[in-house]
Amino acid sequence: MSLQSPLGRVLGLGSAKDGTGHWWAQRVSAVALIPLTLWFMFSLLSLPALDYATVRAWLSFPMSGFLALLSVTVLTYHSYLGTTEVIEDYVHSAGMKVLSLLLLRFAHALVGGAGIFAIMRIAFGS
Amino acid sequence: MPARARPTSPHLGIYQWQIGNSLSIVHRLTGVALSLGLVALCYWLVSLAGGEQSYAQAAKLFASPVGLFGLVGWTFAFLYHLLNGVRHLFWDVGYGFERTQRHVSGWFVVAGSLALTLCVWGLIWAGHRS
Repeated sequence: MSLQSPLGRVLGLGSAKDGTGHWWAQRVSAVALIPLTLWFMFSLLSLPALDYATVRAWLSFPMSGFLALLSVTVLTYHSYLGTTEVIEDYVHSAGMKVLSLLLLRFAHALVGGAGIFAIMRIAFGS
Repeated sequence: MPARARPTSPHLGIYQWQIGNSLSIVHRLTGVALSLGLVALCYWLVSLAGGEQSYAQAAKLFASPVGLFGLVGWTFAFLYHLLNGVRHLFWDVGYGFERTQRHVSGWFVVAGSLALTLCVWGLIWAGHRS
């Protein structure tokens, strides 16, 4: 006889090893990205040109910089959640899974971090 | 716990391709494509922060045939993922599960994302000419 409860036996099973946390975070970031990405697209489309001076002037506005910062942050988070799910589904060997999830996390920190830092440099004029 | 042969789902090959599963797979594909697009977006931002010269270099890269192909592809991927994502959110709160609703919303996503991609690049093209 096992002293483990039926719930205890199933916790941590499945390819993701956790429950609804990942799913919920994906939905929350998805909802946030609807206005953020639409704002980003319409802002770029409404600029008279995409030359250096125009884009730089646009991103130097506090509101543009702030919303761009939020956009890149949430995009990176949502992208990280989504690609993590893809790896969990399709990479089956345990070693490769850990390695690719590690690389994926580093890649997102690198790319998102670089994007956020770039927006800050423009906002603070350095 | 003894290892038992657990029931597994049948191989994908036995299923008939339909609008539902096709759109689901395209949602995932566009998601992965958009993750690569995020790399391009951040590269563009870094080039903008780096000054006029690095921005000109990035602009040249994006204006090349491969760059344009990427930009048009990412536009479609973004619009598709956005529209189909909203479709998923409706399901999450419990709406739109009926067969007709699923099919109509699915085809709406396909037509909408293609039409909006044309609109966006039509606007860019018109702005470029004037």
